[in-house]
Amino acid sequence: MAALIKISVQSADFDIGAETAALAIAGTGGINTFLGVVRHQNDNADVRCLRLEHYPGMTEGQIRTIIEEAENRWGLLAATVIHRIGDLYPGDQIVFVGVASPHRGDAFDACEFIIDFLKTRATFWKKEFTPDSDRWLTTRQTDLDTASAWQASEADSH
Amino acid sequence: MSEVTVQFFASLREALGKDRVTVLLDGSLSVGDLIIKIGALEDAAWQTALESPDILVAVNQTLVERSHEVQPGDEVAFLPPVTGG
Repeated sequence: MAALIKISVQSADFDIGAETAALAIAGTGGINTFLGVVRHQNDNADVRCLRLEHYPGMTEGQIRTIIEEAENRWGLLAATVIHRIGDLYPGDQIVFVGVASPHRGDAFDACEFIIDFLKTRATFWKKEFTPDSDRWLTTRQTDLDTASAWQASEADSH
Repeated sequence: MSEVTVQFFASLREALGKDRVTVLLDGSLSVGDLIIKIGALEDAAWQTALESPDILVAVNQTLVERSHEVQPGDEVAFLPPVTGG
């Protein structure tokens, strides 16, 4: 049975309590969630603002593909991804990933898989404003390595 | 003749100073050739920017290789490295 999938790219904030509760559908034994927040400091500079933009349509399609790949690897009952766009400030909630599964192991793994690929595949871009300058962020090598490790584990399992 | 819409995002949009251009095509052509055509229409610096190996290309919202044939009516987008999450 296909998992219940919710995807939202929005400027508005979200309620993690309500989003988590909504994942507790029939059959669920465990829910794992990840909440990303805007950090106060990045690369030793004070962050004033983080401006997020995306490619409408393509972004949602890519998130769906990532969730479907997770669904092929683990037993998922429901998955929610909410990603904010626009101007965000230190401490703001930026991304929510929630996964419901019959058992905790699948929920932990699928949640980590989804956030790891969100960082390297979904068409979002961040511009960071500090007191001295502004700059478009570049993909971190550690994020690329983490996503590659999932692909290697997929290859090993075949 | 038919049009393709070409979009630019984030750092690329700021570097080029436009978020989209429209290119007239009289048949299909590869992404690589489309970049050359855009360079001729706009500025040679655009060709250099779009040929960077860091830039990804999407046609109709799916990532493609530079050899992909663009058809009249397609939606083409050039994408800098993504930084979501």
